[in-house]
Amino acid sequence: MRPFTYERPTDARTAVSAVSRSGAKFISGGTNLLDLMKLDIEHPSHLIDISRLPMRDIEELPDGGLRIGAQAVNSDVAADDRVRTRYPVLSQALVSGASGQLRNKASTGGNLLQRTRCPYFYDTAAGCNKRDPGSGCSAIGGFNRIHAVLGASDACIATHPSDMAVAMTALEAEIELLDAEGSVRRVVITDFYRLPGDTPHLETVLRPGELITGVILPPPPPGRQLYRKVRDRASYEFALVSVAAVVSTERGMISEARVAFGGVAHKPWRSFEAEAALIGRPAEMATYRDAARAAMRDAVGQGHNDFKIELARRTLCRTLAQAARSS
Amino acid sequence: MIGQPVNRVDGPLKVSGRATYAYEYWDAGQPLYGCIVGATIGKGRITRIHTENAERAQGVRMVMTHQNVPVQGVRDESVQFEYWRAQPVLTGPDIHYHGEPVALVVAATFEQARAAADLLDVEYTVGRGRFAFAADDDEAYIPKVVNAGLPTDTAVGDFEAGFRAAAVRVDQRYTTPYEFSMPMEPHACLVEPRGEDLVVHVSSQIVDAAQTSVAATLRMAPERIHIVTPFVGGGFGSKLGVHAETILAALAARVLGQPVKVALTRQQIFQLVGMRPTSSQRVRLAAGRDGKLTAIAHDVTMHTNPDLEFAEQTAATTRSLYAAPHRLTSHRLTPLDLPRGADVRAPGEAPGLLAVESAVDELAHALGMDPIEVRIRNEPTVDPERDVPYSDRHLVDCLRDGARRFGWEHRPATPASLREGRWLVGYGMSAAIRGHFQGPTAVQVRLEADGTGVVRTDMTDIGTGTYTILTQVVADGLGLPADRVRVELGRSGLPTSWGSGGSWGAANSCAAAARACAALREKVLVAACGDADSPLHGRDPAGAHFGDGSVRIDGAEGASQALGEIVARHHPEGMEAQGEIRFMGDDPNYSDYSIHTYGAHFAEVGVDADTAEIRLRRMLGVFSVGRVLNPKTARSQLIGGMIWGAGAALEEEAVVDSRSGAFVNRDLAQYLVPVHADVPDVEAVILDGYDDKANLLGAKGVGELGICGAGAAVANAVFNATGLRVRDFPITIEKLLPGLPDVDA
Amino acid sequence: MSEPDTGGGERQAGAAPLSAVELRVNDQVRRLELDPRTSLLDALREHLRLSGTKKGCDHGQCGACTVLVNGRRINSCLTLAVMHEGDEVVTIEGLGAPDDLHPMQRAFVECDGFQCGYCTPGQICSAVGMLAEVRAGSPSHATAEVASSRISLTDEEIRERMSGNICRCAAYPNIVAAIRGIAEGGAA
Repeated sequence: MRPFTYERPTDARTAVSAVSRSGAKFISGGTNLLDLMKLDIEHPSHLIDISRLPMRDIEELPDGGLRIGAQAVNSDVAADDRVRTRYPVLSQALVSGASGQLRNKASTGGNLLQRTRCPYFYDTAAGCNKRDPGSGCSAIGGFNRIHAVLGASDACIATHPSDMAVAMTALEAEIELLDAEGSVRRVVITDFYRLPGDTPHLETVLRPGELITGVILPPPPPGRQLYRKVRDRASYEFALVSVAAVVSTERGMISEARVAFGGVAHKPWRSFEAEAALIGRPAEMATYRDAARAAMRDAVGQGHNDFKIELARRTLCRTLAQAARSS
Repeated sequence: MIGQPVNRVDGPLKVSGRATYAYEYWDAGQPLYGCIVGATIGKGRITRIHTENAERAQGVRMVMTHQNVPVQGVRDESVQFEYWRAQPVLTGPDIHYHGEPVALVVAATFEQARAAADLLDVEYTVGRGRFAFAADDDEAYIPKVVNAGLPTDTAVGDFEAGFRAAAVRVDQRYTTPYEFSMPMEPHACLVEPRGEDLVVHVSSQIVDAAQTSVAATLRMAPERIHIVTPFVGGGFGSKLGVHAETILAALAARVLGQPVKVALTRQQIFQLVGMRPTSSQRVRLAAGRDGKLTAIAHDVTMHTNPDLEFAEQTAATTRSLYAAPHRLTSHRLTPLDLPRGADVRAPGEAPGLLAVESAVDELAHALGMDPIEVRIRNEPTVDPERDVPYSDRHLVDCLRDGARRFGWEHRPATPASLREGRWLVGYGMSAAIRGHFQGPTAVQVRLEADGTGVVRTDMTDIGTGTYTILTQVVADGLGLPADRVRVELGRSGLPTSWGSGGSWGAANSCAAAARACAALREKVLVAACGDADSPLHGRDPAGAHFGDGSVRIDGAEGASQALGEIVARHHPEGMEAQGEIRFMGDDPNYSDYSIHTYGAHFAEVGVDADTAEIRLRRMLGVFSVGRVLNPKTARSQLIGGMIWGAGAALEEEAVVDSRSGAFVNRDLAQYLVPVHADVPDVEAVILDGYDDKANLLGAKGVGELGICGAGAAVANAVFNATGLRVRDFPITIEKLLPGLPDVDA
Repeated sequence: MSEPDTGGGERQAGAAPLSAVELRVNDQVRRLELDPRTSLLDALREHLRLSGTKKGCDHGQCGACTVLVNGRRINSCLTLAVMHEGDEVVTIEGLGAPDDLHPMQRAFVECDGFQCGYCTPGQICSAVGMLAEVRAGSPSHATAEVASSRISLTDEEIRERMSGNICRCAAYPNIVAAIRGIAEGGAA
C-alpha cells in the first residue's frame, strides 16, 4: 500500500472540492477499497474520508418513495422497517451479501461502486484491461467460472459483484450525485453502470469529482418482490447468479413485472426482454420459461461459466413462480 | 480423569485472547517487519532485480535477494524425513513455481515493508512450464516409495483374471483437486538473535523438526536454535516443516542483529507451503452376485514438483479396507512446475477414500444391494495384503451402530425418489479407516516440593487438546487433582517428541507420560518407604495407592504421606522421571498386527431441484479409536474432520491457470472452505474401546479419522438424492445441473 | 470512485506523515501517532500490543479480526485506524480475562467451541455483536420474512449470522451450542 494523506471533511461540499486533487479518492466503509489498496490494485495518494458525512439517514419522500443516504451502512438499510416492508427485495439482497461484519461497515454508495471480483483483476501479475487498460483480458481463455455471460466484450468479461445493486435495479432506483460546483443530478441505476466495451476501466457514468450522496427509491412497484441468490457455499460468497424479481398478477395474468440479474454481467442486468415476455401473459411455468429464454437469448459462455446461462434461466423460472404465487 | 470430558485447560487463555501465537511476542522489544516478494512467473529465470527503489523507501532496513542471501545449507536427502531437512530459500535466479520467493524486504513497520515490497522490480525470462495435470501424461513415473515410507505398488493374486471373471464390475476414474491445509493462523515466525543464538518463535507442529531444519539451513548447531511454539493456530500438516517465512526471518534477524518477524499473506499460503496433490484415481471393483468382492484395484496418478518429490499414499488404506483375493494398488507421479505436494490433513485417506468409497457405493447400486450390507459382506478376518491379524477392528460395529442411530432404514432405496419441496433428498454412507502410527517421543514428569506435577515435552498443541489430555493422564498417573498439574509444551530443550501430525500426537505423548508417571511413582515409593521418618517406612510399595496428592499404602487402615512432603524431604529441587515411546518400526506389535482406527459416516443432503445447490442436512459419524482420552476434545476433532471431508466433497478446489502456473483463486473468498451456514447438525459417536496392541493406554489417533470417508458419504448422498454420479470432485452446481429435471410448476 | 487511478499514487514509497488518532479501547483512552496506512487491526496488534485480535486473511474473508466498534461488530482489517477517531473499540481482551471471563467466553470453553484458538476471539466478538443485532430485530438471510421484525433465533439463524467467521478446525456445531446457550440464558 502506497503512502497517502488523509482528511476527513465534515460536509459534502468540502469533500467534493477536496477530491479534485490529483490521486485523491473518497473512502467510506473501506471494505473494498482497502482490500484493493493492500494488493496495490488501487493506489490513491490522498484519501478523503466521507464515512462521517451526514448522509446516513433514510428519509420518506413525498411521492411515497425513500431516499437512502449514501453513507447508510448496508445492515442499517436492510433493517430499516420501511425498506423491509415496502422494498423487501432490497432487504433480502443486502442480507444475502457478504457477512454481518462487512455489512456493518459497507456503505450504500460504496456498495454501488464495488469493483469486480475477477481473480485476474486481483492479480497484478496478470493482464487485465480493467486494472491496466491495454494489458489484455486474462479471464478469456483462463479460469472464468464466475464471469459474465451477458454484455461482455473482447476486452473484459468481468461481473459486478453487488447484490444490493441488483435489487435497486429491479426497483428502478436513482443515484443522486453531487459535483464540485455544488450541483446535484440524478441518474437511473440502469444508466449509471456501463458495459465494458473497449473501456472496461470505466465502470459508471460518475464524473471526476462527483460524490454519491444518496439513492432514491421510487414508490414500490406493485406485486411481490423476491431476491434469490445462487452460490456454492450457503453463505459468505458472491453470487454465481442472482435474480431480483417483482411480479404483479391480476386474475391469473401478469400485469407488471421487473426482472434483474446479478452475477451475469459487468453491471446489474435489467432484463427488459424477460419483462416483455411476462407482462400480459398467464402466470404459469410456460410463461416463465419463455421469459427465461428471452432473458438469455444473447448470452454467451466462456467455457467454465457456460452453466450460468442455464442456471440463470432456471433460477428466474423458480423465482418468478414463487413471486407470482403469492402476489 | 482419563476418559472424562474435561474442558480444555488452555481454554481460558484462548477465549480471552491471551494465548500467544508466533507473531505476537514482544519480550525482545519492537521487531522489524519482513514481507516476502514472490515470483510473478511460473517458470523461468530472474534476469535482473532492481532493488534501489525498495531500498530507498522509508523505513527499509534490508532487501534480501538471491544476490545477497547468506550461504545456506543444502537439502540433504539422506536425512530420513523431509521436515528435518534444510529448506534453503532465494537459492538462485531460477524460478521453479509461481510465487516462489525472490526477495524479503525488511522495514521498521509493516506498512513500510509492504509498500517497499511493491517497489521491487524484477525482470524475468519466462520459461516453458508444465502446469496442466493429465492422468495419462507421458512423463508419469514410478516413485521409489510413497509418503510415510509405504510401498508404491502392491499386488496380491491375479487381479486381471479375477476382475474379468466377475459377475459385476465397476471400473471408474475419479479426480480430486489441489487442496490446501489453510490453517486460520498464517504461517508466521519471529526470530530474535540472542548472542550467537536465535530464539525462533514459529508456528510449528514438530519442534524437533523445526530446530533441526532451521539449524541445517542456517548452518548452525541445533542447540543454538531455540524453538518456541506453545500455541499453534492450526496446522493440518502444513506446519510439520518450516517454510520460507521462518528461514527468511532467521536469515534477516541474523544479518541485522535485530528481531525480525515475517508472516505469509493468505495469498502466499497458496504458493509457499505446499498442497495436496491433484489426483486421478482409477478404481476397479469386481464382485459376485452375492456382493463378495473378488478383485480390487486402486491406481493413482498425481502431480509432483520435479525437484521436491511428494507421493501422497492415496491407495494405501485400500490395502487394508476390504477382503478380496485379487488386488492391485499403484501410485504414479507426473512432474509439474507447481509448488510441492505436501501433507494435508489425512494424506492419502482423504482423496483415496473419496474415490474408493464412492466406487463401493457404485458397486452396491449395480448389485441392487444396500451399501452397508456390501461392506459387511467384505469384512476381512486378517489384513488381506499383509496377512497379519487386525489389532482391534470394529468397522462392522460402527456401520451397524451408525445405521441404527441415523435411521438408515429411511433411506430411499431408489435414487432421486425423495422430494421435500424444492429439495431432492438423499442419504449416503461410507466406511472410515486410517492407519495408526507411533513415533519416538519422550515426556518428563516432575513432582515439585509443593506437590505440583509438571509435564515437560516439546510436543505441541495445535488445537488437538494436548495440554488437556496430558493433564488428565498425569493427574491420574500421580494421583493429583487436575489443577495441580502444569503442562509445558512447544519449546526446544524439553524432551523430544514426534510432535503433532499423523494423528499420533495424543497416543505418543500420553503413553510416554503414563510411563514417566509409573517410573516416578517408583522413585517416590523408594524414597518414602526407605525413609525411617516416613509413615510409609517399611511398608510394601506393591500396595501403594496414589490419590488426592498423597500416597497411601495398605488401604484405609494404612498410612499415607503427601507427595509434596516426600519430595521436599528427599529432593527439594523436585523429583522427575522420563517415559519414552519408540518408533513403530522397532515395536513388534506394529509388524505383527494391522493397527487402524475405524468409523462409519452417514450423511443426508438436499439438492435444490432448480439450481443444483447442494446443502448438507445432517451428518453422523460412529468411530472406533481404541480408548478415548477425552471424549469432549476427541468429539470436537472428529466433527471437525467430518466437516472438512464434507467441504472437500462439495467446495474445496484450488485451480491452476495452466498458462501461468498460478493458483487463480488464491484467497478465502474464492477458495471455499465450509462456513457456519454450511454445517447443520453433525454428531460424532465414539464406541468404547481399548486397543492393547497400540500402546499401554490402548489409545489411538482421532485427528484425521473424521475426514476419512466423510466426503464419500456426502457424495453418495448426492447420488441417492439425484441419481447423478459425479466423479470429478468437488461436486459443484455445474456438474449436476445438466442432469436435473426441468423446473416444474 | 470507480475510475482507475491514473495520476497521483507516486510509485515511490516516500515519507508518510504520521496522523494522530485517539481511540477508546476497552474503556481506556489510547492516543496514537500512526502511519495513516495502519489498519485498525494492526493498530491494535502492533501498536497497542492487543494481539488477541487475530489476522487471518487481512482482506475481510475470514472474520478472525472481528472487534466491536461503537457496539457493532466489524472486520478490523478492512478499516483504517485513523478513521476511528473517538470511537469505542472493544476487543476480546476487553470482554473478559482468563480469571474473569465474559459469559460468552465461558460458554465457548464449556461447549469446546474452538480447537486451535486462532479464530476464537473473532468468533466470540462476532457472537456478542450478533446477539445485539438480533435483539435490535435486524433480519438475516435466514429470516423467512424480512418484513417481520421478530427474529426467532433458530440454529439456522445463528449459523447464517455467524458465517463471516471461518473456523478451519470446524468447531461450528460447538460454537452454535455455546451461542444458543447464552441466547437462551439471555446473559450476553
